[in-house]
Amino acid sequence: MSEEPIIQLDRVAFSYGGPRVLDQVSLSVGPREFLGVVGPNAGGKSTLIKLMLGLLEPDVGTVRLLGRRPVLTRQHAGYVPQYPAFSRDFPITVEQTVLMGRLGRTPVLGGWRRADRAAALRAMQDTEIAELAERRLSTLSGGQLQRVLLARALACEPRVLLLDEPTANIDMRLESDIFDLLKGLNHRMSVLVVSHDVGFVSQYVERVACVNRTLMCHSTAAIDGEVIRDLYAAHVLMVEHRHP
Amino acid sequence: MSAFLDALWQHAFLQHALVAGLLASVACGLVGTYVVVRRIGFLAGGIAHSVLGGMGAALFFGGDPMFGALVAALVSALLIGWVSLHGREREDTLIGAVWAVGMAAGVLFISRTPGYNVDLMSYLFGDILMVGNVELWLMLGADLLLLALVGLLYRQFLAVSFDEEFARLRGLPVTLLHLLLLSLVAVTVVLLIRVVGLILVIALLTLPAAIAGQYVQTLGRMMALAVLLGTLLTASGLALSYGPDLPTGATIILLSGAVYLLSTLLGVPLARALGKRRAGA
Repeated sequence: MSEEPIIQLDRVAFSYGGPRVLDQVSLSVGPREFLGVVGPNAGGKSTLIKLMLGLLEPDVGTVRLLGRRPVLTRQHAGYVPQYPAFSRDFPITVEQTVLMGRLGRTPVLGGWRRADRAAALRAMQDTEIAELAERRLSTLSGGQLQRVLLARALACEPRVLLLDEPTANIDMRLESDIFDLLKGLNHRMSVLVVSHDVGFVSQYVERVACVNRTLMCHSTAAIDGEVIRDLYAAHVLMVEHRHP
Repeated sequence: MSAFLDALWQHAFLQHALVAGLLASVACGLVGTYVVVRRIGFLAGGIAHSVLGGMGAALFFGGDPMFGALVAALVSALLIGWVSLHGREREDTLIGAVWAVGMAAGVLFISRTPGYNVDLMSYLFGDILMVGNVELWLMLGADLLLLALVGLLYRQFLAVSFDEEFARLRGLPVTLLHLLLLSLVAVTVVLLIRVVGLILVIALLTLPAAIAGQYVQTLGRMMALAVLLGTLLTASGLALSYGPDLPTGATIILLSGAVYLLSTLLGVPLARALGKRRAGA
């Protein structure tokens, strides 16, 4: 296994036409790394993920996914968006949603192949939603839907998982379930997860990237009140947590 | 009812109308399902009305009105589709403009076409009782083409209709598929407009698929149920209008609207209650 970085950003800047949302951002994510990306709202976290996937092009600097331009390699990335881009009442079952992850890995014409259904089943078993396979999407709870989105990303058989606030719309208990799941998947692939909750995410990851226009990396052992105060530019009440 | 069945046995024009309803329902059930789930009913309406401008221009310059209609429908479909992909915020304004300008151009051209005094109402409501053999064969051809395309590209059309961003990440040619889908809407509208009229095309594109979408789990089943509903609605509309000699197109539309309303108010809550009882048992 080569130690070539999975994702590499070199002095990247990006703006949506106005002031720069990201500036001088450099970052390298290694194989089987579990990286947390934290920062205030509108600090550029989602923009960072979209640059990594080639959904946006940087104004300055270079973005590489698996060593090449993201548009060429993004089929090896599994993406879990913050907000589902589809409407909940679309007539589609859980299994068919998960199968969408197989596109690009299956012949163009005709129906799903046996290998596609097997991969979708594995992804649903990994995320513990196999018994929901025939349910229509509109009948799911928020936590179940989040698992479906994760299963769809896993069905791509990705080398890296990119998750944008996967737990923003579900309660605390489910949040730890999802992160335990990600920790398990991390044995097979790199995981990059955006979160607004630095305290929570640092229990799971080895390194956090703090994004607020610029980007700084901290190993989770070194995070203290001062780092968080710098990041959010405000006084923050914090509960100490220990890493076992 | 039995008077209608007797007449159906005797008169070729009624048999033609029944077959035309079936063929139109197949095209509308397939394409209409995409129209409903992508929420582009207004866009389909704009394309349908722009057809009038194309027909008027073709008549004025002495061409085939069907050709003018096809060009107008494809141009407006691609124009609206391109704008919706590149500048989402102005899409509805553009659709409104295409809609109004198309109709106005049609009226103007027709008023200036020497010796041609066409009844606008016949384009709006068509006449399903006047369908000839050529139109039936054309519709059959269109149905077969649509069935083949939808069958071969079912997963791709599902992906772009469901989640465009994810489809793009999976390497699908999203823009091409989106424009292809809109072109299918345009071709369907043009072929059916001569047969059943502009208003019935819009009704058949949206209402059967919308009713079907309330009950089924998947896009494929939604298409099948929409085709079945469209066939039943056109056939019953034909039968209802025959006795009292009502305008057939308008009767079919009103019947479809009434069934949609009933389904939304009564059918959906009933189905939900039954589903809960089954889940509880």
